[in-house]
Amino acid sequence: MTQQQASANRPILEVKNLVTAFDTRHGTFTAVDDVSLELVPGETLCLVGESGSGKSVLSRSILQLVDRPGRIVSGEILLHEAHPDPKQDTTTELDLAKLEPRSGIIRNIRGRDIGMIFQEPMSSLSPVHTIGSQISESLKLHEGLNKKQARERVIEMLRRVEIPNPERAIDQYPFEFSGGMRQRAMIAMALVCNPKVLIADEPTTALDVTIQAEILDLLEELKTQNNMAILFITHDMGVVAEIADKVAVMRYGKLVENGNVKDVFANPQHDYTKSLLQAAHQTQLPSTERLAMREERPLGDPILEAKSLRKEFYGKTGLLGMKKTTLVAVDDANFTLREGESLGIVGESGSGKTTLARCIQRVLSVNSGELHYTDRSGASTEITQLDDKQLQPTWRDMRTVFQDPFASLNPRMTVSQIIGECLLLNGMHSKADRRARILELLDLVGLPSSAMERFPHAFSGGQRQRISIARAIAPNPRIVIADEATSALDVSIRIQIMDLLLDLQKQLNLSYIFISHDVGLVRFFCDRVLVMYKGQIVESGDSEQVCTKPNHEYTQALLSAVPIADPTQRGQQKRVRYQQ
Amino acid sequence: MSNTVDHIDPRLPKDIAEASQWQLMWRKFKKHKLALISLYFVGFLYVIAAFAEFFQPFDPEVTSRRDVFHPPQAIKFLDRTEDGTRFRPHVLGTTLSRDPETLATSYEINADEKIYISILGKTKPYKLAGFIPMSRRIIAPTKQGERFYLFGGDRLGRDMLSRTIAGTRISMSIGLVGVAMSLFLGTLIGGMAGYLGGWIDSVSTRAIELILSMPTIPIWLGLSATIPADIDPLMRYFAITVILSLIGWTELARVVRGRFLALRTEDFVTAARLDGARPRRVVFRHIMPSLMSHIIASVSLAIPAMILAETSLSFLGLGLLPPSISWGVLLKEAQNIRSIAQAPWLFTPGVFVLFAVLALNFLGDGLRDAADPYAQDLG
Amino acid sequence: MYAYILRRIAWSIPFLFAASFLAFTIIQSPPGDYVESYAAKLEADGRQVDEARLRSLRDRFGLDEPFLAQYWKWISGIAKGDFGLSFQWQQPVSELIGDRMILSVILATSTLLFTWAIALPIGIYSAVKQYSWGDYFFSIIGFIGLATPNFLVALILMYVGVVHFGTNVTGLFSAEYVNASWSWDKFVDLVKHLIIPVVIIGTSATASLIRIMRANLLDELYKPYVTTARAKGLSEFKTIMKYPVRIALNPFASTIAWVFPQIISGSTVVAVVLSLPTVDPLMLDALLTQDMYLAGAFILLLSVMSIIGMIVSDIVLAMIDPRIRYR
Repeated sequence: MTQQQASANRPILEVKNLVTAFDTRHGTFTAVDDVSLELVPGETLCLVGESGSGKSVLSRSILQLVDRPGRIVSGEILLHEAHPDPKQDTTTELDLAKLEPRSGIIRNIRGRDIGMIFQEPMSSLSPVHTIGSQISESLKLHEGLNKKQARERVIEMLRRVEIPNPERAIDQYPFEFSGGMRQRAMIAMALVCNPKVLIADEPTTALDVTIQAEILDLLEELKTQNNMAILFITHDMGVVAEIADKVAVMRYGKLVENGNVKDVFANPQHDYTKSLLQAAHQTQLPSTERLAMREERPLGDPILEAKSLRKEFYGKTGLLGMKKTTLVAVDDANFTLREGESLGIVGESGSGKTTLARCIQRVLSVNSGELHYTDRSGASTEITQLDDKQLQPTWRDMRTVFQDPFASLNPRMTVSQIIGECLLLNGMHSKADRRARILELLDLVGLPSSAMERFPHAFSGGQRQRISIARAIAPNPRIVIADEATSALDVSIRIQIMDLLLDLQKQLNLSYIFISHDVGLVRFFCDRVLVMYKGQIVESGDSEQVCTKPNHEYTQALLSAVPIADPTQRGQQKRVRYQQ
Repeated sequence: MSNTVDHIDPRLPKDIAEASQWQLMWRKFKKHKLALISLYFVGFLYVIAAFAEFFQPFDPEVTSRRDVFHPPQAIKFLDRTEDGTRFRPHVLGTTLSRDPETLATSYEINADEKIYISILGKTKPYKLAGFIPMSRRIIAPTKQGERFYLFGGDRLGRDMLSRTIAGTRISMSIGLVGVAMSLFLGTLIGGMAGYLGGWIDSVSTRAIELILSMPTIPIWLGLSATIPADIDPLMRYFAITVILSLIGWTELARVVRGRFLALRTEDFVTAARLDGARPRRVVFRHIMPSLMSHIIASVSLAIPAMILAETSLSFLGLGLLPPSISWGVLLKEAQNIRSIAQAPWLFTPGVFVLFAVLALNFLGDGLRDAADPYAQDLG
Repeated sequence: MYAYILRRIAWSIPFLFAASFLAFTIIQSPPGDYVESYAAKLEADGRQVDEARLRSLRDRFGLDEPFLAQYWKWISGIAKGDFGLSFQWQQPVSELIGDRMILSVILATSTLLFTWAIALPIGIYSAVKQYSWGDYFFSIIGFIGLATPNFLVALILMYVGVVHFGTNVTGLFSAEYVNASWSWDKFVDLVKHLIIPVVIIGTSATASLIRIMRANLLDELYKPYVTTARAKGLSEFKTIMKYPVRIALNPFASTIAWVFPQIISGSTVVAVVLSLPTVDPLMLDALLTQDMYLAGAFILLLSVMSIIGMIVSDIVLAMIDPRIRYR
């Protein structure tokens, strides 16, 4: 016992002063700058950072997997207990940084001593090879098993990662699996040779939160079983709090924070870590700004009412494309939006929340149901049957901010043309008037007037979303539909955009329909919330009530899966799985 | 908090930040050196095609019985005489001799006879492009009535240089006219299919698929065989162009349709609709500008295909026919193995085809790479 | 899978009809009808015109009936193997096609195989060693191959053969085998003669396939699943051959659909220049003399060949790509 304890505390992998750089035409870009880390068996080290911080490059450097023109410039990557020779079981200490990326030795380490899983399970698996053939490859390579032995081991491994019916699954293709199952297959592939170290590069980022919770549980279990060291890369402080033993924070290629998870959360040293934690904590509670705003100006009358909205999509299957299939994307949706209110729609991928948003905006037609909009004069219109021309006045009052800041702005128009389009088409023909209004709008969303003549390509994601917001509020609307408007942004930028939206609500008395997969954000931003699951609104109500005391079982499952950014509360939340 | 805006990247120079798509494309295009050179070369060819008569030293139809299969002559720029050496371009004269036994003819250089060449020399009056009266050509024999053969002479002693230049006009223009027609059909059909969708889309995609799965040359041959042989050359030119574009439009229609379909669901197009833009404005103000660059790139890749098609057709005797002069018509002269064994310079138009098509391909490739200037970094 | 193949073949039936319709339109479009041209031809040859025979021909092809009825007579005749009559040759068209069609098919398929055999390895090499000297070399060769009309290549080879080697590169058989019956020696002789036309016809298709394979593979080489394979410890060669190359083959397989028509199309010109005993010189001759039943039959058969190529390509694609097979 004591001996195991001692070996458990000794690191298995040490990264010392690692520098990885990319030689580009514009000079050398140092992606990883003098980083030192330790991985200890049985422990998870979470590496946190935003896009471009160098965390992925670091993880790839360990296995010499950095794509050209990247290369390890200096530093050491010491792997204790490495198996450099596939035929012998003897282990030695190796400096991986010294190895050639294509050498036989590093190839023996890959998959055998160190396993790796990636962010996108779909694109990380070959679409044209069966799951079994992709997993068994490592076994044949590193352990010299024959076809039959390998197959048995793969089935056993698939069972360990809880893939149902592994005897059948082994001969299936990745596209026949769901996202969560694919990631389980990825994990099986990385762990089939029982490596001592697992590197997981954002393995749950592309997954829904309930599936993320399952994958995190699975990794935790496998870690204990194998006494494995895990390097877990993420940008989500909630996930960190949930699984990390130690945490390291990277920014601009440098390590800015490194320590025990409880210490870091309780007492962060670096300003950047503080801001990340602040953002994480902030979005777990209702916005104080919003609550203050409601005190000052209570919600007004209902302005938008939906009754039994239904939307179907059709597909064709069968021998000659004769059979028609119907998919009910939105089924019997009812809700009311009041003046000055923020209504959240929360759900996982495929829940129909975006389709609902598009139906409300009437970008899509509606199969049945009613949608009543009450304008400023108090006149109410039923808008589900109107055509584009008749929708003009409603579209002026009800605007959308899209999810992808890169696809929603026409790259061939300047900012002033983009924002001005709507003004021009709504009768503001004087150029000077438009210019004045655009300047006013840019100021409102916090962009300098010099942005006017620039094209979208000159702006970052956050700034583009500001332009998008300026376009949305240009005709002085009453309702803004924000469809995952912040989910493509980094955490620190996200909170800025949320604050901007609140600020605008205060100034312009806007009502928001805020669509998100992130329960925390909805609780922060919305007064009321609709929870969607498979096209149906399963629960609706006051956001505080829904987020703290949910009634529906699905909502309970969803909430129990959301990681809480506080390591001291770990394990206190009981996971609920929802089976329909 | 909301005042701490992430600042506009100061490293990005103002001229890039405010560069329109065409400026960005030009920046990107310029980096492709081969494409840039090709652009100049193609421009040069079209200048020659436009002012063909001016660049021809002789009338391409004038025959000269004593110069049958005359070999090419090299220009000498410096004239050495008793008076000293001076700049005076000329070619050396030749004398024809016939082998008494085999009757094979051969030309021997006669260093004593010099045919002087004037730059912008005066010749018989002609009409540039058919209507501008002129009497000077870029090079012409100083003494009227003399002849020289920089690219050699053909079986009737016609000047291959002048004929190749005349062929440049027809071959290069058939590419342009044919593509213009294909473009009209392609954008119309592809655009309708892409924008309207539904059965129009299914029918036109099927039609495109059908035409693309056909062997083109046999069908072209079949169609051109139906053109009456005694038709006016100009009409034949148009008939051939129409036949070429009847198949050529499919590729363009496919590009346009694909782009339309992709763009129709882009968020920024939806945004324009919500801004109150009517369908016509959505198409012409928002979708078309994004398509333009891709269309231009496809067009520049379609021109060489047209040129090759015309050349093949004329070569087989079912395209343009003499007295029209195109590269293909000229190459038909080289079909006879005895002719080319005796006069390999009959291949010259082939060299022009090769370089024109190469340059157009490089140009098209460069344009295609530059067509989406937002795809990659702006560095 | 079988359902897919059935569906694919069902889809091609309208295509076949459209192709035959097109061929028939071409047959019909010259001024005057078949029998008038036939009579004119006989007169020009100074032979007796037998009015009764002309009348029976008119009936046989239904020349006095409307266009669609004529088309129906023609197409139902073809279903029975009757392609009409060639007045140039005074023979039924079906007798003229025989051997030539077989040689055309042999020529086209061997060109396709040659094209693949060359384009595949070079495409892989060029993508894996992007921007190397070899890549540039093959790119330049490829561009020239694309830009040269293949009849020009044929002419140049003929020129080189005649002037420098004193050999004749035309035809598909040596003189002693032209009329000989099939034997092993004749076959070997044919293979020898096939090489030059195959290379000439294949150049431009090879050039475009190299570019396609290179581009496909470049798209795949940096996909995450390649990193996954490397992270398993596979050697670089095995990684590339088993994963990205395998996946880049899918779009490559679908290129048969248009490479095959391109090859058939290209072989027309080359076969004429090299006077190969395939259908092409006969077709050109038929078109030039407006021997329309013969020409139409050829156009139809070549189109059918292309459509079969398309079906084969789709089936191959379904065989190698499970995503299509399982749909």
